[in-house]
Amino acid sequence: MTAPVLALSAVTHRYGSRFALDHLDLVVPAGCMAGLIGPDGVGKSTLLALAAGVRQLQAGEVRTLGGDMGKARQRRLSAPRIAYMPQGLGRSLYPTLSVEENLEFFGRLFGHSQSVRRRRTGELLAATGLAPFDDRPAGQLSGGMKQKLALCCALIHDPDFLILDEPTTGVDPLSRRQFWELIASIRARRPAMSVLVATAYMEEAERFDWLAAMHAGRIIATGTPADIRQHAGTSTLEAAFIALLPENERIGHTAISVPPRTPSKGAAWAVEAENLTCRFGDFTAVDDVSFRIERGEIFGFIGSNGCGKTTTMKMLTGLLQPTSGSVKLLGRPMDPHDMETRRNVGYMSQSFSLYEELTVRQNLALHAQLFRVPASQVGSRVQDMLSRYGLVDSADRKPDTLPLGMRQRLQLAAAVIHRPAMLILDEPTSGVDPVARDAFWRSLIQLSREDGVTIFISTHFMNEAERCDRISLMHAGRVLAVGSPQSLVTDRGAASLEEAFTDYLRAAEAPGKAPGLVSDEAPAASGRAPLAAAAPRRFSPQRLWAYTIREAKELSRDRIRLFFALAGPLILMITFGYGISFDVESLQFAAFDQDRTPQSRDVIEQFTASRYFEAQPEITSSAEMEARLRSGNVAIVLQIPSGFGRDLVAGRRPELSVALDGAMPFRAETARGYVTGLASTYAATLAARSGTDAPSPYVLQPRLRFNQAFRSVNATVPSVIMLMLVLIPAIMSAVGVVREKETGSIANLRSTPISKLEFLLGKQIPYIAISLVSALALVLIARLLFQVPFRGSYALFAVAAVLYVTATTGFGQLVSCFTRTQVSAIFATSILTMLPAVNFSGLVVPVSSLRGFGRYLGLAFPSAWFQPISSGSFTKGLGWAELLPNLLALAGFGLAFLLLSLAALRKQER
Amino acid sequence: MLRALSNILRLIGKEMRSIGGDPVMLALVVYSFTAMIYLVSNDASTEVRDLAVAIVDEDHSQLSLRLAEAIRPPQFQAPVQIRADEVDEALDQGRFIFVLDIPPNFEADLMARRQPELSLQVDATAMAQAGNGATDLGGIIASEITSFMTGGTEAEGAPIDVVIRTWFNPNLETSWFGSVMQVMNSITMLTLILAGAALIREREHGTVEHLLVMPVSAAEIVLSKILSSGLVIVAAAALSLLIVVQWALGVPVSGSVPLFLFGAGIYTVAIASLGILLSTFSTSMGQFSLLVIPVMVVLNLLSGGMTPLESMPDWLRLVMRLLTPSPHFVVFAQGVLFRGAGMITVWPELLALAALGTAYFALSLTQFRRVLLRS
Repeated sequence: MTAPVLALSAVTHRYGSRFALDHLDLVVPAGCMAGLIGPDGVGKSTLLALAAGVRQLQAGEVRTLGGDMGKARQRRLSAPRIAYMPQGLGRSLYPTLSVEENLEFFGRLFGHSQSVRRRRTGELLAATGLAPFDDRPAGQLSGGMKQKLALCCALIHDPDFLILDEPTTGVDPLSRRQFWELIASIRARRPAMSVLVATAYMEEAERFDWLAAMHAGRIIATGTPADIRQHAGTSTLEAAFIALLPENERIGHTAISVPPRTPSKGAAWAVEAENLTCRFGDFTAVDDVSFRIERGEIFGFIGSNGCGKTTTMKMLTGLLQPTSGSVKLLGRPMDPHDMETRRNVGYMSQSFSLYEELTVRQNLALHAQLFRVPASQVGSRVQDMLSRYGLVDSADRKPDTLPLGMRQRLQLAAAVIHRPAMLILDEPTSGVDPVARDAFWRSLIQLSREDGVTIFISTHFMNEAERCDRISLMHAGRVLAVGSPQSLVTDRGAASLEEAFTDYLRAAEAPGKAPGLVSDEAPAASGRAPLAAAAPRRFSPQRLWAYTIREAKELSRDRIRLFFALAGPLILMITFGYGISFDVESLQFAAFDQDRTPQSRDVIEQFTASRYFEAQPEITSSAEMEARLRSGNVAIVLQIPSGFGRDLVAGRRPELSVALDGAMPFRAETARGYVTGLASTYAATLAARSGTDAPSPYVLQPRLRFNQAFRSVNATVPSVIMLMLVLIPAIMSAVGVVREKETGSIANLRSTPISKLEFLLGKQIPYIAISLVSALALVLIARLLFQVPFRGSYALFAVAAVLYVTATTGFGQLVSCFTRTQVSAIFATSILTMLPAVNFSGLVVPVSSLRGFGRYLGLAFPSAWFQPISSGSFTKGLGWAELLPNLLALAGFGLAFLLLSLAALRKQER
Repeated sequence: MLRALSNILRLIGKEMRSIGGDPVMLALVVYSFTAMIYLVSNDASTEVRDLAVAIVDEDHSQLSLRLAEAIRPPQFQAPVQIRADEVDEALDQGRFIFVLDIPPNFEADLMARRQPELSLQVDATAMAQAGNGATDLGGIIASEITSFMTGGTEAEGAPIDVVIRTWFNPNLETSWFGSVMQVMNSITMLTLILAGAALIREREHGTVEHLLVMPVSAAEIVLSKILSSGLVIVAAAALSLLIVVQWALGVPVSGSVPLFLFGAGIYTVAIASLGILLSTFSTSMGQFSLLVIPVMVVLNLLSGGMTPLESMPDWLRLVMRLLTPSPHFVVFAQGVLFRGAGMITVWPELLALAALGTAYFALSLTQFRRVLLRS
């Protein structure tokens, strides 16, 4: 026997205090189909990730293809020989990219030339039957197609070791079969290729060459499927697996039996759906579907993810309006506003959808109350549900601390707490382990047979389908067949329900277009040298470019991000330009003339002539003056006491009183300056008239530099450009990286030869480009809308803008290395950039007025270095000689942020 | 009707628990209504403070020395003496806001009544400080020269005596204004985020579908979210006004706090409806945040709280007053809190708030129904 493809010794892996792998030893033979079986959460995914080198090894040793995966150099060399497909439908794919673009991206990552890419893409698409859909976005493919595409992407570089994490979960039986046939044909052509698969489907595992059964972070059995069955003394793997579990975990587990149903008297229909159709745009999710469900029946909807099961169920609950067709529930036509029907239906959606922040008991009580259970009964009903579904001990825990099986029981309890006549359950057992699934079914059978509840359930597990009274097979939005499981099998003359379904699916495909499963034009004709035999280069511009192109395409298809990137700076620029203004004009001014003499009119004339004041109707009483100041109707009141004219003429120095609204201090401060100025002008006029002109002993000549018009926008707009080119680019680039963490496509950084440097630079380039577009737009707005002069050099400004947005997008990437969700990335980036950019970079307070900490904080951030360039170019007309130090500093920031990001970004997952 | 009311109450109870169970959101609320208000109101960035001044002294007289000494902190940094040929470079680099040039023989010319000229160069790109700073500097110079010439005695009187009284804030303390404006900004920001996030969270977790299959109407769901975020924010704002603004910052709030909170209640309904509306355009918290940031900045900066509305172009003022509730709220809040205005004075603004709130609510409800029936 050849060397094993994978060998783990004493591997332990923990998440916090929880052991995912516990001192595990395993040797997987090479050149065969090896399977890893076991329920969710036993450590299968962790083991595969360690084997692929995408997760950081904590303790022990992992040798894949003979190389030590604990060493970074080895991982780099091994990357082109390993292909890893993470769990989840199409998780490594980019949903807005088309089938072809996805493949193209992976081809570039592995350094294929355009001709090789074309050939490989063509071959793989033909082999998987995806060719007709090459321009469809990956996000709009069915589950089965997504997985086939993900497989194509994994196979594009002809790997020696294929690692697949639950590749067929949630995929219809035909696609599943096609998937395995595809792998078999590739193996037939390249017998040396080893495959390691984790699966939850025992009937799939039966067909593997070699199996390892896992439980609680350990291996409990290895060998061929026959070995394992024999070892456990059972006839099926499913039973063998349960038999191999430790004693205490299979307590109470017995085989499920469904007692026969006594048909209800008369043909009372619980559901009558006729010609239901639902379209989203030009996509038909449900196409002319009709079926009827008897009262008390367990009716199953069987089909793959994305075949229209969920859409149909949503139409039955009133969550979706059918495009056409009609539904009758319990004899009444469906009306989304009919609260009575809603009270008779219980619904359980596909994913857990109770409140995580409420305890089990609170969740149940809320449901009971909203379903109008009489207040006196709520308590007892909750208690009843807790005991019936085995939740008494967990009543005061939050749902997220419960195991998956228990969460599903809680959801069921919430769905039946109001004793509905009918239950609609959308894939309630998806992702639940076999023991918990059986327990769940026992509850369903009890509800149906004892309480007479009609149950409409969807599932992709065939053994669950067999327990239903009748099932409906669905595919691509259409119902293929309806009947009892037994009759469907007999009709098709098949050996099992799965086979019957596959048969129906085949028949449904267009005749003559029998899915060219693995055609003879199989991928990569033998004889050609393996594509990625050589060790990958350390730095490859092509891989970098792959990320750049992909990021740009994704960005251009995301309306919200594009809006934010392009319209955001413009909206904010206009807002800031007008919102931060220090021009105090149009002050609302009113006179309160108690004198009414020519002299008083003269004073008032002086004030109303000022261009800063806007005269309002005169005030006639003290009460009015107070009221108008209070309401904000006037900001300045000039009060002339009676006797003013007489006193003035007599040279008795009369008092002139001015009331200012001090609610806005800056405005009042400036207004005070205006009033003082007007008063002294008036005094000078009086003196000139009376001939007692005593000229001021000196003249103070203010010269306004750089902004002779003293317009706010001349000062603020260049600084706002500085702010816009840090805030938006930094947020965009931070979101760009964190999005990949959220959607899971970051896995491609971990499992392909892309280096951290290529990844960071490649993703940064589109954001630099789009930021430069907005920089240009901002300058145009400044020139055309705000009429700010530009006295400096456009070339210098352009160079500075490139350096500045390189630094600011780099800062965003640095933040993204430390954040996990888009929300935290956005808020962390805005807080971190706003503080130095708004307060310490000269936007409002000049840098020369800053002292101590604030000054250093400002200088430690690129904005304070770009601000002098921006305002220098617009208003001061500075050139290269004056601004060179600033340019050098900006370049330094860009480099420093890149180096820090390289140090902080992890190629492996922890 | 009773049924709807009881549903709304139950859902509000649930929302309250959700908010209580989200430590990040709570921390944000607490921070925005305490530390942030304190920091911002003490940061009097438009005050004349610590401005950098240079003097080109070509006179070297006793008077020129006295002028240099008279320019002092806190308004100004102690002046730096520079040479005449350094002026342009220093201003280009932004090292000083003001450069005062005292020409040769200034003192002698002054005493000889030859009316000499002082030149004051102002970096007019420092808009916030340059205008008022130049006024202050002019005042300092005038009083210094007058006292120098008269030997310290009172100057002869002008023909009139102008007495300026500042109402509502006699010493023009910026922290009074800053703290209350910041309370308003925090109300806007957090109501928007809280209401929007409440709906997004339900959509991300799929719980909103669950609510919709129950005998609960879409209006009840939306209303319960709007009311619960409004309640939390109004309560936080009340505590903040009493504890942070009045007690910690010592700002005298002259008007009626209950009236302010009543108006704030109406305002939060309008803003929360806007939050719900924005959240229906996005499918994840990430998208929502990208939408919320520009909206938040526009609402806060163009509300008239930062810069008086009359300084904006007419078209922008009209747009803001017709489409957004915040300018009305700012006028209302300034009236009530600073000027002690009562219901008789502010009812038109309250009416405008209520009208905009109703319109936003209707819009968000329609959009909410539409989005749910599509996805």
